[in-house]
Amino acid sequence: MKSVRNIVLTILLFCSSILAWELIVRVFEVPVFIFPAPTQVATALWRGFASGLYQKHLSHTLLETVLGFLLGSALGFSLGTAVALNRYVEYFFYPYIVMFQSLPKVALAPLIVVWFGLGLKSQVVNAALVAFFPLLVNTVVGLKSADEDRMNLMRSLAASEGQIFWMLRLPNALPFVMAGLDVAMIFALIGAIVAEFVGARAGLGMLIQSMNFNMDVSGQFSVLLILSIVGLLLNRCILLIRRRILFWDPSEKERLDRERITL
Amino acid sequence: MEAIAVNELSKLYATRDGSVHALDRISFSVNEGEFVAVVGPSGCGKSTLLKILSGILPPSQGEARLRGIPITQPRRDIGVVFQSPVLLPWRSVLDNVLLPVDVQRLGREGHLKVAMDLLSLVGLDGFERRYPWELSGGMQQRVAITRALIHDPAMLLMDEPFGALDAMTREQMNLELQRIWLEQKKTVLFITHSIPEAVFLADRVLVMTPRPGCIIDDIQVKIPRPRALESMNFPEFAPYVHSIRGRFKAKGVIDA
Repeated sequence: MKSVRNIVLTILLFCSSILAWELIVRVFEVPVFIFPAPTQVATALWRGFASGLYQKHLSHTLLETVLGFLLGSALGFSLGTAVALNRYVEYFFYPYIVMFQSLPKVALAPLIVVWFGLGLKSQVVNAALVAFFPLLVNTVVGLKSADEDRMNLMRSLAASEGQIFWMLRLPNALPFVMAGLDVAMIFALIGAIVAEFVGARAGLGMLIQSMNFNMDVSGQFSVLLILSIVGLLLNRCILLIRRRILFWDPSEKERLDRERITL
Repeated sequence: MEAIAVNELSKLYATRDGSVHALDRISFSVNEGEFVAVVGPSGCGKSTLLKILSGILPPSQGEARLRGIPITQPRRDIGVVFQSPVLLPWRSVLDNVLLPVDVQRLGREGHLKVAMDLLSLVGLDGFERRYPWELSGGMQQRVAITRALIHDPAMLLMDEPFGALDAMTREQMNLELQRIWLEQKKTVLFITHSIPEAVFLADRVLVMTPRPGCIIDDIQVKIPRPRALESMNFPEFAPYVHSIRGRFKAKGVIDA
């Protein structure tokens, strides 16, 4: 019963805030090019989807984000594994990686457009670049965090280095890797949008810019709404995978318990 | 033949303020099928001794032989039980028990029945599909013991296996271990800092003192088996505990 009450309250709160927004905009006669009312945003959203414009750009941005995410995390994971397992790789490469990491990656977007052009390639590269680091860092930390007792157990069984990796280090690193994927997914979306801002032929980021030039603020609001929903859904996907893989992790169990209480 | 033969074994650790003598020319032997307890206060080098015997740590001097072969690296015919259960949370109870089988590629099919029999020997029937975090501390340690026995090792090394358990569970586990040992007849080297536990479980008790770690006494416990928990109240039990405690007191290790 408590959950039913919570759902009703949530809906009420949502509706009343939308209503308040609408009223404030109308009562104070806020111009539409400064702050549009919810009805105007809804109209823009309808117009965009009815004409097929939003679908086209949305699918383009989604494709960039997912490809960039896959590429970036695969590279981040591989290099992270190399750094964690090989002292020489760590010694010679890690300082550069750390240096590169402190650089705001989105600042590279203009360069990447110069190198890769206005097409899909440059946005995917930019998304991958931003998604790369959370994976790299978390993989390194995760693979190095195997506990001493567990290492002794494997050694006492005369396990080879390969077996220690597959049976202990890798599963042990998974909570860290999954946390990295969580961040990387959202980062990839940011990377893709920034790349579109800098220069692209399609995508929601490019759409926001062209709407901005035309003072179409309701249009921009409607795209922002789509982007936040996309971000939320992508994040949910990662969470679902995480729950399947990390059923044994204490943090995952805590999260499940917490959600069971709130829902 | 002797199962374990340790001859003039020393281990030095280099630290910032010079070297620490963890073990100083230790010699002892354990017969096949014998249950030997090593008792001593913390820091007397018990765990170092166990690490050398399990082949994880090389000795500085001297040697340890297992069935006549010097221990230079981890061996596949030793089962080790650590102070904490050290179970892998992503593996079910059965998969944890089969870890040595997977590592040593002994073939799961052939060992499935062994695993189930051992789990039932330690009183864990019906728990094979559960995960470690669903079990109590005592049950987790039983899984660890089962894992140490799965590949039918020649020798069982136990490093304060019940040290982290509460007093009542600990007594229960002592009884269980005796029962398992009477059934399996493995050679056991059992490390503990509890004098009553050592006397209750062992055929022989080796008394160790720290700095430098050495064995100062080797006591035969002649209490008939199977021993019940009440045997701790028997008149023949007290003198063993008393004399071991006396040895520590004489060395100034404990004040009682």
